[in-house]
Amino acid sequence: MSLIHSSEKKVIAITGCLLALFIFSILYSRNKNNDLPVCVPFDKMYTQPKVIKLDETTYQVYVVAQMWQFQPAEIYIPVGSEVDFFVTSKDVVHGFNIAKKNVNLTAIYGNINKATVKFYKTGIYKITCHEYCGVAHQNMQAQVIVNYPQSK
Amino acid sequence: MQISKSLRRLIYWQLGIPIALLSIGIYHGLMQTIYRSGLLQQANFAKLDYYQGLTLHGVINAIVLTTFFAVAFGHATISFYLKAEPNKKWSWISFWFMTIGTCLAAWAMLAGKASVLYTFYPPLKGHPFFYLGTALLIVGSWIPFFDWARMYVKWKKINPEVKTPLAVLGTLVNFTIWFVCTLAVAYEVLVLLLPWALGWKPTINVVLARTLFWFFGHALVYFWLLPAYIMFYTMLPKLAGGKLFSDLAGRVALFLFLLFSVPVGVHHQYSDPSIGQGIKMFQGLLTFGVAIPSFITAFTLAASLEYAGRKRGAKGLLGYFGKLPYLDSSKYLFAYLICGLFLFIFGGLTGIVNASGQLNNVIHNTAWLPGHFHMTVAGPVFLAIIGMSTYLYSSLSGKKVFLPTLNVIIPYIWVIGILIFSFGMSWGGLLGEPRRTNLGLTYLNPKSELFTPEWVPTTMLALVGGIIMFIAGVLYFIVFFGTMLQKSHTEPVLELPVSEALHNERRIPLFDKFKPWLVAMAVILVLAYTPALIDAVRNPGMKAPAFTPDNPTPRESVSPVKSPPIKSSVVSIKTK
Repeated sequence: MSLIHSSEKKVIAITGCLLALFIFSILYSRNKNNDLPVCVPFDKMYTQPKVIKLDETTYQVYVVAQMWQFQPAEIYIPVGSEVDFFVTSKDVVHGFNIAKKNVNLTAIYGNINKATVKFYKTGIYKITCHEYCGVAHQNMQAQVIVNYPQSK
Repeated sequence: MQISKSLRRLIYWQLGIPIALLSIGIYHGLMQTIYRSGLLQQANFAKLDYYQGLTLHGVINAIVLTTFFAVAFGHATISFYLKAEPNKKWSWISFWFMTIGTCLAAWAMLAGKASVLYTFYPPLKGHPFFYLGTALLIVGSWIPFFDWARMYVKWKKINPEVKTPLAVLGTLVNFTIWFVCTLAVAYEVLVLLLPWALGWKPTINVVLARTLFWFFGHALVYFWLLPAYIMFYTMLPKLAGGKLFSDLAGRVALFLFLLFSVPVGVHHQYSDPSIGQGIKMFQGLLTFGVAIPSFITAFTLAASLEYAGRKRGAKGLLGYFGKLPYLDSSKYLFAYLICGLFLFIFGGLTGIVNASGQLNNVIHNTAWLPGHFHMTVAGPVFLAIIGMSTYLYSSLSGKKVFLPTLNVIIPYIWVIGILIFSFGMSWGGLLGEPRRTNLGLTYLNPKSELFTPEWVPTTMLALVGGIIMFIAGVLYFIVFFGTMLQKSHTEPVLELPVSEALHNERRIPLFDKFKPWLVAMAVILVLAYTPALIDAVRNPGMKAPAFTPDNPTPRESVSPVKSPPIKSSVVSIKTK
């Protein structure tokens, strides 16, 4: 009898095909709005919470997470905007998860995290801290309010 | 085989201590589902805080229980297959290191001075005893490994042409992974965290600490898993009434774990800043390499079970599933192992989601994650540990298992609980429900502004699952400690079920020696981790001071002692 059973050979082939499929899917699905966070070098300017309007539908938001709130706590933008979020922490590690969007970042002191996302629909998108950050962790939520035309 | 009284007592204690502590761990598991469902809308219950309980749950169940068990099971497999006992003095020194370490960490957690969760991410700072205790527990578990390696080398010199028994190979592979990965966490704890927690160093590089933690943290899951794999390969076919389809497949799978279990930790840091996209992708793809040993194992075990089922008269393509000893109380280990394997299917499927960077964006740090790992660590790992603990204890003490019928149905109750629990958690995760959060205070409290009704059904399912798991846990304690109270009725022996190989495969030297695999492991590790560590050292802009969970201002004072409590100032105002 040969060393590798014929069924084993089949299983190895199936495993290979499946792996190829997974790896192809991962590489194929990389795009601007759903990729891993971008490395941004640290700069003090990101530690000041801010919403910057670059043009009608392009925004930059500097988010500072701290025990136990996000600043800015309410972010108003018009529909169809593309937003770059730059996220950092003033103290311990915090999470930054925008509901219904594929933005999922870790906020770390002395480090800047970045993700870009486009808001196609009006509505309120909750931002929840999902990394334990101390006794009042469960209070830490902010929101993106997409309310064109009367963007504040 | 007969073993000395000393080794027997050592194994009793190594099984008994973590299972006694498990009662605290399981209690806090239940409590979390109660808090999270909004049934309890408070920060603490019975003087224990939610996050303190969460820390206890994680550290006891995932580190203390698993490490103690791996050492006890290692002593059992090595002694049984090499027909020799480990060095008595060093075994006990290891035991005391681990026990004292556990006590120090347990004190810090129970006193509420280390509610930093089992990942202890800085700059959240716990009591120095928490870090010291963890380090002692880990260093203590290294000692038997060196001793077993010595015993193995000695055995191999006498038996150069005999295949290394699969269980011995598995134990040595497992502790090699453990030793390599714990070097990183030992460095993190002893060099970065401890001097900082003591106030000797003012700041810490958080990203570096996290990278070192996850160098350890992912390999840790394989360290949990491999004792279960050893049982699947070397015992399950025998218990089912058959033989192991291929002994060589087991060797290949185990050696592949040596390659794929460590250099993938960055996939826990997909959301982290300062670690480059390239290295995240590279380690992400390496993570999928683990599909190879997993599929080899799935096929080999299914083929072994099919052989057993057909021997018992099964017909048809899948008829063998109906002919296995699911409820045979004399082979209760089979029930524990097969239930674990069943859960592992779902654990693996959800794991594919976590490992894919883009999908991870949806579920990272949500309730999905505990949903996933309760089908791995609280699935095959936990069931193998508790089943084997009863088995080893009862054979080593010569005592009959207490309530044998109950014993054999416990894993099935557990499976039902886990499936409901994990379904609720996974669903909640997809809806953005965060993990590690006392939801009852805000998100699941209708009086709170943050109330989120979408998470009501998900947390309710988790609660129902949690209650069922808790019941299964209590029944297990009745069986285990009930067995302890029985009187010995037979000669105490160290006996393990041994699966014969179905085919007589010749010895292939490549799959019977460690050196080439260790070299390959080192090469992949250097390739995968050099860029990650360079990023973690170079990219962060500032190091962080220390914070305690209750205060947004950093603990800048050099002394680790807490600043004066607020209560006293309140009192002084009143007296004025």
